[in-house]
Amino acid sequence: MANTFELITSTTVGAGGSSSIDFTSIASTYTDLLIKLSTRQTGSAVGYQFGIRFNGSSSGYSRILLYGDGVAVNAGGGSAETFARIAFTQSSTYTANTFNNVELYIPNYAGSAYKSFSTDGVSEGNATQIYSAGIYAGLWSNTAAITSISISEYSGSGTNFAQYTTAYLYGVKNA
Amino acid sequence: MAAGATYTPIATTTLGSNQTSYTFSSIPSTYTDLVLVVTGKLTTSAYDTALRFNGDTGSNYSRMVLTSDGSTVGAGRSNSTNIMYIDANGVKDTTFNSNDIINIMNYANTTTYKTVLSRSNNAATGVDVNVGMWRDTSAITSITILAMSSGTWATGSNFTLYGIAAA
Repeated sequence: MANTFELITSTTVGAGGSSSIDFTSIASTYTDLLIKLSTRQTGSAVGYQFGIRFNGSSSGYSRILLYGDGVAVNAGGGSAETFARIAFTQSSTYTANTFNNVELYIPNYAGSAYKSFSTDGVSEGNATQIYSAGIYAGLWSNTAAITSISISEYSGSGTNFAQYTTAYLYGVKNA
Repeated sequence: MAAGATYTPIATTTLGSNQTSYTFSSIPSTYTDLVLVVTGKLTTSAYDTALRFNGDTGSNYSRMVLTSDGSTVGAGRSNSTNIMYIDANGVKDTTFNSNDIINIMNYANTTTYKTVLSRSNNAATGVDVNVGMWRDTSAITSITILAMSSGTWATGSNFTLYGIAAA
């Protein structure tokens, strides 16, 4: 039987850390894409968020989110943004060895419509910092097929992905 | 990496014309779970997506939703409805800017009611996480995808059903 759920590529961040995770030359042979992340940042701020860019584009991103921080549930959103912000991530302030987990699903990534996507992210650490569980609805208002994805911390604070951060890119075919 | 035949497309369709619903029928019982991915738009306005299993029009569906419209959060539920609501704020509209990802667990067993966990996303209107129940012990053999309030799915809407096999 045809293999319709395939690992396209993966990366594990080494000892030096990395400012971004980049998937390039993504083939258009799948229907949907799924990214699974397990990450932590080297910087110390609380509340780092991922910023994703498709095809290197710095325009056309919007989002609506719902998240809980252990105390309250909150809503948020934005439009005409320069990154797709998809989840919160741990920093060096958080409990050692804790990494967040994120799933990003991008249906019809190679089609000619705008690209909508879905994100679920969790960040926990058995401590009092602001950890978060959140869901995001995202949109890239661009009709181009997605051929590359770059993931970094969106604010440009200089933080890096910490060692042992992992990212997996899967392709899903509907036939 | 070969993942084996554990995530298999059962059927997919892209509508060639406007229609009020679409039904996946003759769903085999050979999988453990189902995943339904909806990337569709409606012809005239924004409405919720809803499901119906095995053509059951009885008041045998319920759901609970946690939702955000970007400024406020909300929760709600619907009891004893004749369809299973999927969306609240993450509705379908007249663009292709939304999606639903719907997980239907243990769909083929004949001893328990069926539960559904879904996510609906529309970056212009909202985001939802939804849990649904169909109070019926029958194996699910068909799924009808509806748009509420007599909404009509537009040409180009895509519905794909995957089967997840545990082994």
